[in-house]
Amino acid sequence: MSTGLLIGDLNQPGHYLQWGPVSISTANFIVILLMIAVFVLALVLPFPGGKDDR
Amino acid sequence: MTAIAPDPTVPAADPDSEQWTAKLRNRFFGTLPPEKLLPDRQPSYVTSWIYVFGVLTIAALVVIVASGIVLAFEGPQWYHVSGVGHFVNSLHLWSVELFFFFMVVHLWGKFWMAAWRGRRAMTWISGAIAFLASIGTAFTGYLVQTNFDSQWISAEARDGLNSVGIGAWFNVLNVGQMLLAHVAALPLIVGIIVVWHVLLVRHRGVVPPFGAEHLETADVEEARS
Repeated sequence: MSTGLLIGDLNQPGHYLQWGPVSISTANFIVILLMIAVFVLALVLPFPGGKDDR
Repeated sequence: MTAIAPDPTVPAADPDSEQWTAKLRNRFFGTLPPEKLLPDRQPSYVTSWIYVFGVLTIAALVVIVASGIVLAFEGPQWYHVSGVGHFVNSLHLWSVELFFFFMVVHLWGKFWMAAWRGRRAMTWISGAIAFLASIGTAFTGYLVQTNFDSQWISAEARDGLNSVGIGAWFNVLNVGQMLLAHVAALPLIVGIIVVWHVLLVRHRGVVPPFGAEHLETADVEEARS
């Protein structure tokens, strides 16, 4: 699989997701999913050093 | 009878306190004493990943400004053609992407924490204004890429801005206006708002999670003792 296929060919029209009136580019949708994932991980992952390391 | 020497650690009464400089100084350092401005202790609840996204946003902003200064001095002929120019151009773009990524996670964290609690309404409001001003700065950045992409975006945005009645004085087809807005006016505005936001955070302290309000000062005082 070429790198172009892996990251998406930027010389083609973008891919869009459509749910009724809602339309969003796949790239923006992936970024939103990543932000949600990072937000959840920030809440659940322990911070190095814990609470005693002030 | 022995004279008592003045304590050098206690500031003397200010004889010029009627002067605006003295008033401003007293007000600033009264609101933000050095230990608040540059603290060395934080409450224990700050040891959480959700509290790092504010400073990550600022770190990304520093990279944005630094790479932007290089781009401004070298110019489009350099950043569209040379290898190093492409690199700095990409550095500018990706630091903006990370800036908004971190800022949105920071925003969500503070929203669900109701970070306006404890007389922090202005801290929340200044953050919201910084977010809006950043969107305008990023938008003008897309308009001054000096490529076909920027032409397309400005032509599309023109109709949107005209429809809300601000196209006459915010003309996205005027590249000179957009360039100056992007490299001078808007970064200055964003910078001032961010400094204001950070000073407010220092003044009011980092907001505690729900149920940890009692740790807000107790932890710091315990650490100092």
